[in-house]
Parts: sequence; structure tokens; C-alpha cells
Amino acid sequence: MSWITKTFSSSIGRKLIMAVTGLFLCSFLVVHLLINLQMLRHDGGASFNFWAEFMGTNPVIRFMEIVLMLGLLAHIYQGLALAVKNKKARGGQAYVVNHSEQNSQWASRNMALLGTLLLIFLIVHLMNFWIRSRFDAMGGLAEVRVPNLDHPVGDLYSVAAASFKIPWYVALYALSQIALGYHLWHGFRSGFQTLGLNHRKYTPAIYLTGYGFSVIVSALFAVIPLVMFFSEAYQPRPATGNTVEQSLTTEPALR
Amino acid sequence: MAGSNPNAKPMNLTLKVWRQRNRNTAGSIVDYQVKDISPDMSFLEMLDVLNEDLLRQGEEPVAFDHDCREGICGSCNLFINGRAHGPEAGTTTCQLHMRKFSDGDTITIEPWRSAAFPVNKDLSVDRSAFDRIIQAGGYISINTGGTPDANEIPIPKDIADRAFEAATCIACGACVASCKNSSAMLFVSAKVSQLALLPQGHVERKTRVENMVAQMDKEGFGACSNIGSCAAECPVGISLENIAIMNREYINAKATSNNLA
Ligand code: HEM
Ligand code: SF4
Ligand code: FES
Repeated sequence: MSWITKTFSSSIGRKLIMAVTGLFLCSFLVVHLLINLQMLRHDGGASFNFWAEFMGTNPVIRFMEIVLMLGLLAHIYQGLALAVKNKKARGGQAYVVNHSEQNSQWASRNMALLGTLLLIFLIVHLMNFWIRSRFDAMGGLAEVRVPNLDHPVGDLYSVAAASFKIPWYVALYALSQIALGYHLWHGFRSGFQTLGLNHRKYTPAIYLTGYGFSVIVSALFAVIPLVMFFSEAYQPRPATGNTVEQSLTTEPALR
Repeated sequence: MAGSNPNAKPMNLTLKVWRQRNRNTAGSIVDYQVKDISPDMSFLEMLDVLNEDLLRQGEEPVAFDHDCREGICGSCNLFINGRAHGPEAGTTTCQLHMRKFSDGDTITIEPWRSAAFPVNKDLSVDRSAFDRIIQAGGYISINTGGTPDANEIPIPKDIADRAFEAATCIACGACVASCKNSSAMLFVSAKVSQLALLPQGHVERKTRVENMVAQMDKEGFGACSNIGSCAAECPVGISLENIAIMNREYINAKATSNNLA
């Protein structure tokens, strides 16, 4: 083994992979959330579809999407592999009595469980939105016009609005955000600690930022489907049956 | 004094003790009663009473490790009622007093659990994995010869204090015992940062952290996930900051050492 593979297969090296990919995923969540919030505008999804189109076509974003997917895979693989390795290190005999709740937080001890819940959500979520829009699978997207663009764009908004009328989907989505919140409650500060970024001047602020980040991000992600479920204002665009050419000439741009 | 301490009257306790003949046999919890335990006894003295009872009855006494009985050697390692060194923060088992318990209590006593700390017998475990980690790099090189002057190497007080704090680790293993991942990183990082902070440690600075972490992994300890049980249970208060320092030392060593292997 070369020194590089040795470094990244050591316990600290594997943790560095977790921290870098985990914090990168946190930055992605911010972008994802800002775009999701566009759905709550009362514009029939025009802003949301505009940004969805941007994310799907901008070359820099398309490149970062590949980085993101590889990072996510690395995070999942390494997280689960570490959980297995750490379980083995515990040994065969468990404590008969163990009051770990008196020395640590629940979220910190259950990152693999929380991550697995996130993984289940992500599979459903990616199939519904990402696979559909990027690979034109599962019926693909209808096309629609948005202001400021002279070409029609995929109507991802209608997929979301329709999905968020399905009770089990809304429940799964909102509950998964609780898992996300707990995962980030520990994960945010933990990532900094793993990278060695611990300093008595700044660590209290990192902890506070992490707690705020986890609560705000997960709460906002959860609120979006709930609002769209309960409000009549958010409806999928009825299928017109028009071709792209017809849509361009006959349909007015949405305001 | 006796009148002022509401707990001063002797206690009767039920003990649930892990008994295991040797490494290769399975163990189990066995119940014992101990009577007339003074609240002023240490936890180990209470176990001494149990063992005298057992000897009198012709039974095998419970094996447990102890040496200094004053909180400095790190051998009195018991997992008491689900906590390393018992319920009180910042103490070793020998410094835990029976006044922390009440008459009629049931106390569960188990050995440290970790794949890297096999049980020798009953409550005694083999912590030689720690010795091998220290041998891999927890030392410094110095020139022999004439006695150097005291204070020959200037070290700022705050650095000296931080190094000293890290140096107070007594290698008890409570960090490993209480960690969900059975990680030894608090222990290893205490030594790594102690020696990284001091100029005397700089000769082996990079090889030290590389070799100690490699040995730690080889012994089968888990990877830290920053849960923090270790620092909460550490009897001498080694802080998590040391783990961050070790991670920095490790990144720096791996990126810049001349070691290609
Ligand atoms: C949006 C999704 C996710 C984000 C933002 C995220 C973020 C993070 C962060 C910041 C950490 C802390 C890293 C560290 O301690 O150094 C972490 C740890 C972890 N993540 Fe995630 N994560 C996500 C999804 C997942 C998924 C899908 C899984 C697994 C199936 C997972 C499993 C884990 C595990 C097991 C850890 C603890 C690793 C350890 O400390 O040893 N995560 N995550
Ligand atoms: S770091 Fe604390 S708990 Fe761990 S071995 Fe040292 S003294 Fe014991
Ligand atoms: S017997 Fe030495 S620390 Fe307790």
C-alpha cells in the first residue's frame, strides 16, 4: 500500500473522508433549501422551475453534481463501513447495564441509524425527483414556459406539487427531516472536530452554529411539503397534452 | 461527624458481579449480598469485604485490578452501574466512596468491555494494547551526558500547562470502555499532544503520531466519531481538544513526513 491509501484507510483517514464529504453535503443542503423555498412563492412554480433548469444545465453545477454524487456515495459507504468496524471493536459481550445517556447525546451515538434513515429517504427522493428529471425516466417531466427564458423548461414544480398531495409521501418527507436534524445536530460540529478545527476561542461558536443550522435547515425542509399539502394554492399544472412546439406558441408564460 | 452524615449508618447491598474463569470461558453475572458496609469505605474496600466473605465460605474471591488506591496508577477499572468508574464524575474507582450509594442499593459491576481489552478473569482485563501503543511512539529521545540546567529550554507557561494537563492521563482505559466505538483516541491523543506541544517532543513529532495511530488501529480499537463519552468519563478530565490536535498532527505528518511506506 502506498502512503496515500494507508492514510485514507487508517481510522483518522476514514474519519477525514466522513468530515469532508459530510460538510460538503451540508453546503449542498443550503443551496437545495434555497431553491426549494422558491416553491412557496405564489407564481405557479415559475421561479422554482427556472432554478431547477439552471441547476440542470449550468456546466459548473453539472460538474459539482458529479462531485456531490461521488461524495454522497463515499459518505454512505464509509459511514456504514465505520459503523461495522466500530461495532466489531466493541467486542462480543455487551455491557449488562450501560448508562451512556449520562455521558453523551443520543444523536451522537446514533449517527449510523440516522444515516440509514436518511439513506432510505434519499432513495425514494432521488428516484422521484432526480432520476426523473436528469434521466427522463418514470415519465420524465412535462415542459412549461417560464418568464425570462426563451425556451421551455421541465416542469419539476408539478412533480413536487403532485407528490406533496400524497399523504404518505409528505409524512415520509417531513419525518425524514427529523432524522436529518439529529444527524446534523451532531454532524456539523463533529466534522469540524475531525478536521482538527477545535480552538477554545471558536469551538463554542461552531457548536452553536451547528445546533442552529441543524434545527433551521431541517425545519424549513419539513415545512415546505407540509405547507404545500395543506394549502390549496399549490397545485400541479394539469397535463396539457401539448407538444413542446405547441406549448411555445400557444401557452402564455406563467407569471 | 457521625451524627452529621445522614448516610453514616452501615449499608447492606446487593452486588451483581461479572464472574469469568479465564479468557476462554464464558462469564455471567452472579449475585452477592454484602452487609455492614461503612459509607466511608472506598468502593475497593467494599469489594475487599466481599472477598473476605467469599474466602471464609471457601469460594473463589473476585479478581479485580488495583494498585495505588490513590487515583494515580489507573488500574482500578470497573464499570459500575453502567458507568466507567461509577456514577461520580472525575474519579477513579479507588476514589469512589460508598457514601455515594444508599442502603439497599443493587450495584452491577462489570469489567471494561472492548475487543482490544480481553477479560483475564472476572473484573480484570488485559490493557497491554495501551503499552504497545506507547511503545510505538510515546517517548522522546534525549542526549545522555552532563545534567542539563533546569529551564534551559524556555517553554511558555501556558504551553507547559496544557502539556501537563495532557500528561495527567493515567492510562486507565475508561475512555475506551465508555466509547460506543471502543475508540482509544482520547488516550492516544493525550500522549501525542503532550509531546507535540513541548520542544523535547519535536524530534519524533511526525513518526510518533504516524506510528501510534498505526498501532492503535492494529490493536483493533474503533474510530472516533466525536461522541464525547470518553472525555465525560475520564477521571482526570483529558479534553476532546487533544483529539483535534492529534488529527492535525496526523494530517501534517502524513502530508509532509518522509515516510513513503
Ligand atoms: C444530506 C445528507 C447528509 C449530510 C449533510 C451528512 C452530514 C454528515 C456530517 C457533517 C457528519 C460528521 C462527519 C464527522 O464526524 O467528521 C456525518 C457523519 C456521519 N454520516 Fe452523514 N450526512 C448525510 C447523509 C448520510 C447518509 C445517507 C448516511 C448513511 C447511510 C450517513 C452516515 C453517517 C455516519 C455513519 C456518520 C458518522 C461517521 C463517524 O463519525 O464515524 N450520512 N454526516
Ligand atoms: S484519557 Fe482519561 S480515560 Fe482515557 S486512559 Fe487517559 S485517563 Fe483514562
Ligand atoms: S488503584 Fe490506582 S488509580 Fe485506583
